[in-house]
Amino acid sequence: MNKIVSYKDVVDQLSDGMIIGIGGWGARRKPMSLIREICQSDLKDLTVVSYGGPDVGLLCAHKKIKKLIFGFVSLDMIPLEAHFRLARQNNEIDVMELDEGMVQWGLRAAAMNLPFLPTRVGLGTDVLTSNPELKLTKSPYADAEELVAMPALNLDVALLHVNKSDEKGNTQIIGPDPFFDELFARAAKKTFISSEEVVSTSELGGKDGAIFNRFERSLVTGVLHSPCGAHPTSCAPNYGFDLNHLKEYSDAAKSFDDYRSKYLNKTHEEYVDTVGGSEAIQKIPLPQF
Amino acid sequence: MSDSISLAEICISASSKAWEGEGEILATGIGLIPRIAAGLAKLTHNPDLMMTDGETYLISEPVPMGKRDTTHDQVEGYMSYSRVFENLWGGKRHAMVTPTQIDSFGQTNISAIGDYNSPKVQLLGVRGFPGNFINHKNSIFIPSHSLKTFIKGNVDMVSGMGYQNKELSNGKFEIKLVVSNLGVFDFNGKNNNLQLLSLHPGVSVDDVVKNTGFNVMIKSDELTPMPSEEELIFIREVLDPQGIRNSIFGE
Repeated sequence: MNKIVSYKDVVDQLSDGMIIGIGGWGARRKPMSLIREICQSDLKDLTVVSYGGPDVGLLCAHKKIKKLIFGFVSLDMIPLEAHFRLARQNNEIDVMELDEGMVQWGLRAAAMNLPFLPTRVGLGTDVLTSNPELKLTKSPYADAEELVAMPALNLDVALLHVNKSDEKGNTQIIGPDPFFDELFARAAKKTFISSEEVVSTSELGGKDGAIFNRFERSLVTGVLHSPCGAHPTSCAPNYGFDLNHLKEYSDAAKSFDDYRSKYLNKTHEEYVDTVGGSEAIQKIPLPQF
Repeated sequence: MSDSISLAEICISASSKAWEGEGEILATGIGLIPRIAAGLAKLTHNPDLMMTDGETYLISEPVPMGKRDTTHDQVEGYMSYSRVFENLWGGKRHAMVTPTQIDSFGQTNISAIGDYNSPKVQLLGVRGFPGNFINHKNSIFIPSHSLKTFIKGNVDMVSGMGYQNKELSNGKFEIKLVVSNLGVFDFNGKNNNLQLLSLHPGVSVDDVVKNTGFNVMIKSDELTPMPSEEELIFIREVLDPQGIRNSIFGE
């Protein structure tokens, strides 16, 4: 079994209007090389589900998003995402704004093949008034409590970035926080992985490595070898986020053309060289909070 | 020492009281003052509090502000984002947060300012506010008490619920303490009205009233207690030795 794919192979399997879930969290472990590939494709009208960072911002800047399903969009050290802000303030995208836990619940419902999961979260807030499609449901038990029926967030495709994978899609997320990548994979019809390293199965570390295997390979459709593929976001423990680059990216919201011509429409290898080379990226220290 | 106590230090000491008597729960202070305050609570009156290193691990001692050698962190447990969600859905947490707007009901907004469909200012998004406020206690720190933060009418996008919907929370909703640059407050006035508990040095009741967009009851106009010598030592030597706290009010 060999699931190794190229950038083109992944984009060829995407189509206009798809619902795409993106793993990671804020400025952490985002599949940025795949996001840049989508930005330089003809794809359009995507619905994106994300704990958003520069993945969302870059897609907004390229007008790829029709609808965003999100709890936040932030670059962590830079709290507000400039490109996402512009898209919202100019009313360029539709939004389904949810609590972070409701996003988790929606993915979990999809992962469990359920139409919804109940929760109190959202009650008493404008999450309900701004999303009239969210319905309430009544507990069938004696309490008869009214709860939010958080609908399943069924994804066409999930895009995730991991530390290690073999050709079969046995992946490892070695950073201490796997975020909600497992649920994205389970909620999606197809999951494409970009991986820092592609190794043989015997090099995955046996039992000690297996604890980092956060979801099973049957969920993985394709494996893309993409060293430094999360840049400018972090990929613990390999490298931290590139704060200088994130600042440059953030400032580019004023006029995006310079940033675009400098960093986009390149192969991933060319991109890595442009931002300083893989050795420099690997040396970016992990952030401290 | 005591004649050079800063406003940031007064706010930290006052904010730390949010976790008094809260027992063995997860304390989350988001932002400079709340984070130092949570650490101070753990070092003084509530050593049982659980606290993270700002990332994925539970640590035995609050981590100081600024760069540090993390090899000295005594890790005692694990707190990934998924685990934080599980914890907060169960209610064993008390967070102190800084909303962009708060209203007379205690409703809070960190999502967007202005018309929701094309906001004047897009902020973070609701993040965890809907879940936090309906599932566990919270306290609030607001560094710039004004008509723009304590607003008249409803907040622009209700991210955290308010007292008028308390019954939706199965008894969990409570805003325990509100600390601003002007004073200390809670929502325990008649009908959960915001009420003044104390004023920071140099602040008058009139300053509070003028800068609050809704009715604030005056329970007490006493001076906010100054941090104790012990608290000052913890703040200055343990929790924030680099003095990063002073940036919050430009002190």
